[in-house]
Amino acid sequence: MATAPVIAREMTFSQALNEAIRAEMQRDDSVVVIGEDVAGAAGRAHLGLVDAWGGPLRATKGLITEFGERRVIDTPIAEMGFVGAAVGAAMTGLRPIVEIMFVDLIGVCYDQIVNQAAKMHYMMGGNIRLPLVIRTAFGSRGDKRSYGGGAAAQHSQTLYAVLAHVPGLKVVVPSTAYNAKGLLVSAIRDDGPVVVMEHKFLGFAAKGHVPEETYTLPIGKAEIVREGTHVTLCGIGRMTHICLEAAGKLAEQGIRAEVVDVLTIAPLDEETICESVRRTHRLVVVDEDTPVASMARDIAARVGEQAFDWLEAPVKTVTAPDTPVPFSAVLEAEYIPNADKVVAAVRDQIG
Amino acid sequence: MGEFGTSGLPRETFVGLYERMSLIREFEERLKWLVETGVPVGAVHYYVGQEAVAAGVCAALRTSDWISSTHRGHGHCIAKGVDVRPMMAELYGKATGTNRGKGGSMHITDIRVGVLGVNPIVGMGVTHAVGAALSAKVRGTDEVAVAFFGEGAASIGALHESLNLAAIWKLPVVFVCENNGYAQATPAEYAIAVKDIADRAAGYAMPGNVVDGQDVLEVYCAALTAVDRARGGEGPTLIECKTHRYYGHHQGDDTLRYRTEAEEQHARERDPLVIFRERVEAGGFLTPSELDEIDARSREALDDAVSFAESSPLPELGDLYTHVYVD
Repeated sequence: MATAPVIAREMTFSQALNEAIRAEMQRDDSVVVIGEDVAGAAGRAHLGLVDAWGGPLRATKGLITEFGERRVIDTPIAEMGFVGAAVGAAMTGLRPIVEIMFVDLIGVCYDQIVNQAAKMHYMMGGNIRLPLVIRTAFGSRGDKRSYGGGAAAQHSQTLYAVLAHVPGLKVVVPSTAYNAKGLLVSAIRDDGPVVVMEHKFLGFAAKGHVPEETYTLPIGKAEIVREGTHVTLCGIGRMTHICLEAAGKLAEQGIRAEVVDVLTIAPLDEETICESVRRTHRLVVVDEDTPVASMARDIAARVGEQAFDWLEAPVKTVTAPDTPVPFSAVLEAEYIPNADKVVAAVRDQIG
Repeated sequence: MGEFGTSGLPRETFVGLYERMSLIREFEERLKWLVETGVPVGAVHYYVGQEAVAAGVCAALRTSDWISSTHRGHGHCIAKGVDVRPMMAELYGKATGTNRGKGGSMHITDIRVGVLGVNPIVGMGVTHAVGAALSAKVRGTDEVAVAFFGEGAASIGALHESLNLAAIWKLPVVFVCENNGYAQATPAEYAIAVKDIADRAAGYAMPGNVVDGQDVLEVYCAALTAVDRARGGEGPTLIECKTHRYYGHHQGDDTLRYRTEAEEQHARERDPLVIFRERVEAGGFLTPSELDEIDARSREALDDAVSFAESSPLPELGDLYTHVYVD
């Protein structure tokens, strides 16, 4: 008897985040969600108004109706206060998932992340645990005026290098619905602070197979998403998709590019990246962040230190320029790395 | 609060209040002596002069309650029950310290007795106490959290955001402002628009009151009221304790660059330990010899703490790399 064909269960990146949070809240009563508009219309249940919004990626939509206001805690606009409260709550028995609407807003709560959450375990000699997840949306779209584009210099940044720079913070940058769910579940179960960087464009555009059951993916592990022999393209978050697009174009020119999806920028999986470079002998790092003191250059430097003898060409980086994110669509499109720029960088290396 | 208001207190309350103040005073004076004789204990901020605040507030708490502290935190830690032996060892940078030698004076923590941490980023610890109170409420316990902060923190956004969050969420938290008049060298009357920081409570719809921070019985009674209110689910309170720090902002600070000698002398006429002794001796609650005995025990505890610290091992160099991530 023939078995029925398996129909892939598809959902968006945002829905996968929502599913991860929901499953972990069902599994563990100490998991709570804290942030601006994580429910929306807080305190208006008597008017029939609940669950108005669910945050910019809708990742918390529906949680208030299932778990109630005890565990889905809407906040005023007070990032310093509520991220700090989440730190205190994490020290005293809760596992908070705190949402900072956009990573651009970390300026107002940077101390809580950098001086408090990140260092607490170390400063206390290991005597406290800090199971805290900070979720935040980042990035720009770069091609269309739809959601995630046209938000200009204070609502479009990538800003993860300033988090990865701080010892003690783990920083993950998922790229697909599948790894968004697995990495977020791992982040929630981690006993230390983990920042989950969620790309605005991927939130609704990245759709793919997501198993119904709960699963974890290892934090600190990169993934080879396309095998190749001539060059390694290293992508972070949405840039992994740009790398894959570039790899397709390069294949038409007879160049076989390997694509590494970094997935976790702190701690960085140097081994997977260096091993790939030892096979391909070339590296192009593609990063939506600005170039100075960036992940792109950090990865380039680490490969330079550890795999120099295997390199046949200087490492290249394709990044945003060293400017704020512009508003005008034509400028924004120019700002974001694209496949053609990646192809050009590889052509430069191969000659 | 006069003697009549406190005469109903049990004897052990008076003992507990004086034990805390005496031990804090002895710890800080011993530490000052160590610093001045060249023992490298790093940056320290002496609590001398403010003992009544930590002692009075913490005596109103249970071990299971939480406190967040400030850079001037030794007094809070001792009053909440942190053992002075690992505290002193921490200042010596020893492996037996409260933080295994990785924190020092400005990060002393003992989560087992409810200390969320000494925190030298002014105002930030306040948010952690709010978080602990939120946690208590979500977990359905009757724990209370106290946020200690100086009047210097009264100007930072973290405090105002915390007051508002505690008020809208009706959290079991008590905000205790220790107004010692100076944020390092900046006078409160220059930096703060209101005379009494407690007045700001009105803007956050919570009770606010000013107490004499040199009078431990007054502090204790105000704290008891606020803690009861918090534990009973009625929400937060702001208590402002007017107090005085005897020494500089930190160990090397010359106070006479921003305070006058006359002002210092006037303030020291109201020493919290002396005030307490006079009150309880006059009221017949404790005898001079009982109080002297408590002081003697404090000295012994510090002798013991210093020898423990001195004889403890230093961290291994490999410890540099541990506890970066939570395993």
